[in-house]
Amino acid sequence: MTRLPLQPGEVIDRSAPLNFTWNGDQISAFTGDTIASAIMANGNRIFARSMKYHRPRGLLTADFWDPNSFVQVGDDPNVRSAHRLAEAGMEVTAQNVWPSLDYDVKAANGVVGKFLTAGFYYKTFMKPAKLWPAYEKVLAQFAPGGKVDLNTPHMYHDKRYAHPDVLVAGGGPAGMAAAIAAAEAGAQVMLVEHEHLLGGSLLWGTEADRAVAAELVAACEAADNIEILLNSTVTGRYEDNWCAIAQRSHPIAVERLIKARAKMLVVAPGLIERPYVFAGNDKPGVMLSGAVRRLINLYAVKPGQKAVVFTANAAGDRAAEDLTRAGIDVVRVVDARNGGNIVAAKGGAKSVESVELGDGSTVEADLLVTAIGWTAPTSLLNLAGDRPAYDPVAARFFSSQLPDNILVAGGLAGDGTTDQLIAHARDTGELAARRAVVIAQTLQRLTARAVNVDGDIAPMPADDRTTLRRDPHPELHRSTTHGLVDYSEDVSSKDLFSAAKEGYDSVELIKRFTTATMGPSQGKLETVNTVAVLAEARGETIAEVGTTVWRPPYAPITLGALGGRIFEPVRVSSIQPWHEANRATPILAGQWVRPEHYGDPAGEVRNVRENVGIIDVTPLGKLDLRGRDVPKLLSMLYTNKWMQLPIGSVRYGVMCAEDGVVMDDGVTAHIAEDHYMMTTTSSGAAGVWEWAENWLQTEHPDWEVHITPVTTGFTSINVAGPKSRELVARLTDIDLDPETFKYMQVRTGSVAGVDNCFMWRIGFTGELSYELHVPSGYGLHVWETLLDQGADLGIKAFGLEAQRIMRLEKGHFIVGQDTDGLTKMPSVGMNGLIKLDKDDFAGKAELAISLEQTNLPKVVAIQTTDPTIVPEEACQIVRAGTNEIIGRITSSRMSPTLGRSICLGQVLPEAADAGSNLTVVMTTGERITAKVMEHHAHFDPEGERLRV
Amino acid sequence: MMLVPCPNCGPRNASDLRYVGESHSRPNPNEVTPQEWRTYLYMQDNPAGLLKETWYCRSGCRQYFTALRNTSTNEFTNHPLPGNKTGAVDPSFHYVSESKSDTNDGASS
Repeated sequence: MTRLPLQPGEVIDRSAPLNFTWNGDQISAFTGDTIASAIMANGNRIFARSMKYHRPRGLLTADFWDPNSFVQVGDDPNVRSAHRLAEAGMEVTAQNVWPSLDYDVKAANGVVGKFLTAGFYYKTFMKPAKLWPAYEKVLAQFAPGGKVDLNTPHMYHDKRYAHPDVLVAGGGPAGMAAAIAAAEAGAQVMLVEHEHLLGGSLLWGTEADRAVAAELVAACEAADNIEILLNSTVTGRYEDNWCAIAQRSHPIAVERLIKARAKMLVVAPGLIERPYVFAGNDKPGVMLSGAVRRLINLYAVKPGQKAVVFTANAAGDRAAEDLTRAGIDVVRVVDARNGGNIVAAKGGAKSVESVELGDGSTVEADLLVTAIGWTAPTSLLNLAGDRPAYDPVAARFFSSQLPDNILVAGGLAGDGTTDQLIAHARDTGELAARRAVVIAQTLQRLTARAVNVDGDIAPMPADDRTTLRRDPHPELHRSTTHGLVDYSEDVSSKDLFSAAKEGYDSVELIKRFTTATMGPSQGKLETVNTVAVLAEARGETIAEVGTTVWRPPYAPITLGALGGRIFEPVRVSSIQPWHEANRATPILAGQWVRPEHYGDPAGEVRNVRENVGIIDVTPLGKLDLRGRDVPKLLSMLYTNKWMQLPIGSVRYGVMCAEDGVVMDDGVTAHIAEDHYMMTTTSSGAAGVWEWAENWLQTEHPDWEVHITPVTTGFTSINVAGPKSRELVARLTDIDLDPETFKYMQVRTGSVAGVDNCFMWRIGFTGELSYELHVPSGYGLHVWETLLDQGADLGIKAFGLEAQRIMRLEKGHFIVGQDTDGLTKMPSVGMNGLIKLDKDDFAGKAELAISLEQTNLPKVVAIQTTDPTIVPEEACQIVRAGTNEIIGRITSSRMSPTLGRSICLGQVLPEAADAGSNLTVVMTTGERITAKVMEHHAHFDPEGERLRV
Repeated sequence: MMLVPCPNCGPRNASDLRYVGESHSRPNPNEVTPQEWRTYLYMQDNPAGLLKETWYCRSGCRQYFTALRNTSTNEFTNHPLPGNKTGAVDPSFHYVSESKSDTNDGASS
């Protein structure tokens, strides 16, 4: 065991022990331990094998970004063991090792390491291309990462929207101070901390540091207007401070994506410690100062026995003090500020045994701690368009130009004592609150109908904060030896040198060629060293080489959180309870759930043709149009004429977009003086409404028309079949005499005791039919009454499938099925409905051109030679004996009425004449013959059945 | 995602609105040549700079409006009212989504 006695700042609860397993061995831990700290406390140092060379790896940073800490927890792969808290009963295993972490066969790669230099995969496995499947199989064995269990149950993920005045990214001293000051100034604050506790680096600092932290934490927790999100990360910042926050600490959801529109964003993530490049820098036992200080102070874990500390700053000095206090023998402190250096970590693969120093001496040690400088995590600033500039004196990057709605605090902004950083952060928070007020007022004023701001809006408060100083820091990146730059991807400084020599000498190219910075720590540890090594190879400065652009997400987010909870409504008609009770097979049509059939679609068709059937067509788009100028609007939207439609009549029309492409079709009824009802296709309902509003609002604002969408205000039922008149007559006071209520007419009246119903005689099915639109609260009542009253007539409900078969028998095209985004109206064979003598209508100019075109495809009815073969929809039609495509099948079904296969299709004009012979390529590749029919309608082309 | 200032509803997520496109006046279909009509349908100015464009406030007031936007900065510099075909400018309207003051952040000295 390497657990230390009680440490004053430890975050583990020794009164709450727990157990889990690591590769099958029992691990005893305490509540508050991370998985990694517990495994280490039990005497284990090796956590993983590296990606390419399978070298044993120990903890490097002992935090979220540790590249060597990935483990499998049960069915959860790639868990960051130095961040995830230990829980009782976890089954933790090492990833990507075989047969075991200690004896990994793939470590043989280390022997042939020279073959795995930069670009190895690109160069070796490119040719011959036909061998790729074989290569892929072998390479997959070497892919890093855990095992994905495809049977893992779906877990709950969530989304949330938030509108804080001030969003603070980072819950260290600066972030907390900024949050408190902003809250005191009256702002609603959201404080987001990456780790499990507020406090940042103060937590592993001195007693005085921890006292400061405790005071700040207490103030944050006491403030009503600060919301604290722990174990959460601001992963991205987009236009107008639209920020993504991955919340890993939700009590129910595995992960929650918070979309926050922050008036002000304060970025205070602190600094990330950078590794040093030297020979053996990935041996277990080589750690950064932050890692040993966390392990000792937070988790009371002894990281080694004999230590060498290489330090260039106060963090390294503190690490040496912590080690000594914890009883570790600090055999040498090498100070870079006095010209000291380390050259190599030596020893076996599994541990450091000695350290070679810059003065040529060698010191025995099992722990080498480095503290050589910092990387400024500027990601969120980059995402706001900032191009951080490198300061060689301070040896890190600083922000250069930010929009007014972002402020920086803490180590990202500069250096100082804790008090100075806190004072600067308080100023930052206060400034953020003042700016948030101005931004809120500006937004308020833009809302014409809102209660407006009294007086003038104050100008954007200027940045009057005292500037933080920048302390000089040695520029340290690589020693005199070569070592790893990217631990996740096994990329060494030698690889970078040779890649630069090969010509990949721009920072963006070298990244892609060597994959340096592209591993799971996403450049947090690697980017600056990559740039520095490249600068060295090019003989230039870091500023001259420049950096890659940080992109979102700042920290990985699960796909589950991105998918989250879908805010998509499901729409059903008022008859849905009956459909469910009668075992309808549901089908999703856009947002609508509809009955596809009730068990026997062919039987449903036969019953409509012979007796009477009813179908729920509620999703049919319905627009109530009122006003003096409705006929003008209809004339504008449809290609045919509408100025003279008598009251009581219904007319069919086709709508085209301005490019002449068929957009929608449907019937519109003239119900009363200045009152019309339009129906659209189910999927086109929303679009047609927007389209109509566009014409009214932009081109013809003088027209008096008011549109009300009433799709769900009415339940729509089509009663179809030769016995439909007899049935409907039993329920209504409307006179159904065919001499007075003819095909394509509309009436208003009561049905089944329900007043204010519309009834129109139309028929998609080709049978005598009455379409009822009844106030939706009575939909189920009318439906059940029809079934009850029609029992002796053989009534049956029919579903969408039966209707689709019957419409195909009648040759009616469906917009979007038999037409596509290129199908102009002359293709659908209704040129009689294009009235170019109208003054204007949507698509007129284009249709005038396309009516002259002779090469447009045609929608035609097609029948296969063999009546039993139903070609699948989208089968190609080719010129006989060739593979030249001249059309395709757009709809096909077996017709129960005709007892044969029937189709609609689109073909080029050369094959569109009645009687043309077609070759259809089946999905099997087999070719069959078919013939173009004279009429679109396969059944009752004269339409006698629906006019009776 | 940027905020788009709807004249009725105020600033809204761009996803609350539908971007209709560049605002060009519709040629008279009875006088237009095929060339002119297709230019109107398909050719876009796509400038890096000021652009007059149409938006539809799909999830709010359901009004179409035209706005003048700087495509490089997303600055809305004037704002005709809904249904205003003349493009008359509301002089009081000025919305800078991502303002940048002369004063810089404390991070740089």
